[in-house]
Amino acid sequence: MAFLSNLINGLSLGSIYAIIALGYTMVYGIAKMLNFAHGDVIMIGAYVSFVSIYSLGTPPLLALLIAMCVCTILGVVIERLAYRPLRSAASLAVLITAIGVSYLLQNIALLLWTANTKVYPSIVEFEPLHFGGLTITGETIVSILACIVIMVGLTLFTGKTKTGKAMRAVSENRQAAELMGISVNRTITITFAIGSALAAVAGVLYCSMYPVLIPTTGSIPGIKAFTAAVLGGIGSIPGTLVGGLLLGIIEIFGKAYINQELSDAIVFAVLIIILLVKPNGLMGKKVTEKV
Amino acid sequence: MKKLVSLVLVLVMVASLFVACAGDTSEPAQADDNGNVAANDASENNENTAASGDALKIGFIGPLTGGAAVYGNSAKNGAQIAVDEINAMGGLQIDFNAQDDEHDAEKSVNAYNNLMDWGMQILCGCVTTTPCVAVSAESNLDRVFTLTPSASSPDVTADKDNTYQICFNDPNQGSASAQYISEHFADAKVAIIYNNGDAYSTGIYTTFTAKAQELGMNIVSVSTCTDDTNDFSVQVADAMNAEADVVFLPIYYTPASLILNQANSVSYKPVFFGVDGMDGILTLEGFDTSLAEGVMLLTPFAADAQDEATQNFVSTYVEKYGEVPNQFAADAYDCIYALYQAFTASGMSTSDSAADICEAMIAQFSSMTFSGLTGADMTWVDGQVDKAPAAVIIKDGVYVAAD
Repeated sequence: MAFLSNLINGLSLGSIYAIIALGYTMVYGIAKMLNFAHGDVIMIGAYVSFVSIYSLGTPPLLALLIAMCVCTILGVVIERLAYRPLRSAASLAVLITAIGVSYLLQNIALLLWTANTKVYPSIVEFEPLHFGGLTITGETIVSILACIVIMVGLTLFTGKTKTGKAMRAVSENRQAAELMGISVNRTITITFAIGSALAAVAGVLYCSMYPVLIPTTGSIPGIKAFTAAVLGGIGSIPGTLVGGLLLGIIEIFGKAYINQELSDAIVFAVLIIILLVKPNGLMGKKVTEKV
Repeated sequence: MKKLVSLVLVLVMVASLFVACAGDTSEPAQADDNGNVAANDASENNENTAASGDALKIGFIGPLTGGAAVYGNSAKNGAQIAVDEINAMGGLQIDFNAQDDEHDAEKSVNAYNNLMDWGMQILCGCVTTTPCVAVSAESNLDRVFTLTPSASSPDVTADKDNTYQICFNDPNQGSASAQYISEHFADAKVAIIYNNGDAYSTGIYTTFTAKAQELGMNIVSVSTCTDDTNDFSVQVADAMNAEADVVFLPIYYTPASLILNQANSVSYKPVFFGVDGMDGILTLEGFDTSLAEGVMLLTPFAADAQDEATQNFVSTYVEKYGEVPNQFAADAYDCIYALYQAFTASGMSTSDSAADICEAMIAQFSSMTFSGLTGADMTWVDGQVDKAPAAVIIKDGVYVAAD
């Protein structure tokens, strides 16, 4: 029974990691850059929904929508102002800019909402389910369902729609895509918009599960989700799902059965071992550079 | 486009100049390069206090923002009430300057340096343990008498003759909690969740388990967390599977709120037993106080106590700050009165140097007896206070004395 409840806790934590990791993986796959500000977009999404629920009194679903809209706009603005001017710059410059944006967002949150801890009201309103000694909370069910819906939706989107195909084309070869008449800038903007809207969903779910909100709330799940993206193979959507779930389960099992202090170390040790065996992650594509 | 960008940048620069200028007047006066501190202190800062030119300068450091802000603000408010009362009596006047450290050792030392530049003669602080260890090392070198309302680690007072505590120290809290639980919950199964990355939490945990073993208590589950822990599902499940009746939480209120939430979501309802770090959970923004129903903690102060001094203090505090004061407010209130009692008894004058005042205060504190809100007949040995603890329980969202 303890094993089952740990497994479920791991799955629900993992599904949130997977949703966050999608933002990393899509941006990396298409723009070939690591958007380290992604974790902080999550935090902004959580704050926006907190303000909307707590101060404006909106119902949770409306608050989620508002947070998604704000984060979408924020993601597009960040891309437009901070990353697009550096499109042809060295990747190191873009990386540092992303870290700068991350600090900027944290400090804006500090100014707007102060460093005082806010306790996040859960947006999930159903009672936990009980099966014998096993308890499954509403947040767990919602986060696992949300993760599945988002994964299926995104796979269909990139596979079937014109915009989705354009995204895959840009990801495969930017110059060739441009020659085929695809607007690379527009495609990258759409990627950021989708990634940031998902960040808002992840923020709301993460804070519903762990209801403490401070300006650095996004940084730890951000780093873990990035690890999940690398573990699963960065750039691959199914890989992100596998990586996220695996990471969540390893973290909870490591804590429960090996050592609570070492749980993070175990997570990263697993990452190192997998990268040694499969350098592109579990489901990453092997790209051969032609000279 | 480029012109527009440079125009915006110029505007930002101009704006930042104005901000910087405005900032200068509200910050404490800085020492100039020659270390000339005394010359620029008096005139600039008197506008925000009622004090006359020769007032005793008491500095205060605590987390006024950040994760431990409830403690800092409560302590500051409590101290401010005491300062206002003493100033209103005439006689000795106190000039009070409170600085924020965000519960961060480095920022705390910066705040201390600001206060030294201001001309501080006695330090009332710091509120939290880790910053206080750092600052008391500095104040010991500078010979500034330091009385902390609530930094409870023995490291705060160890090897520092100038640093005193008005609160219990951690060993005292840990063993007193064990004693209380064994007396009131006989044969209970006890679980412990502590933060092994924090000196305060680990200190209480160590003495708690030592005392628990001595008393033959049944500890069925021990789990840990760090400052970054958000997921307490494993720790709570461990306590739940071990069927613990009492969960001892020697941690601060923010992680404690996560634990209460997690326990509630899996319908686990033991008695949660906290320490002074739990105090503040009721004022956490957005927190559902019904989750804290029945939580117990050891604290020297209960706002519903019937004595006149407590009732006066509580009514003044409610009137001024709109909430019922917690233990930290009472601790800081006592700090100011203890300093007042010692200073007036020492016969020192407000024009004496901090170092001279420090020696006189050490002599007073090692021999005097003080009675305040948080205990009667307090005495000090090696900076540590000796007083009796009491337990409170949270009922209908307020602290009530437990039998």
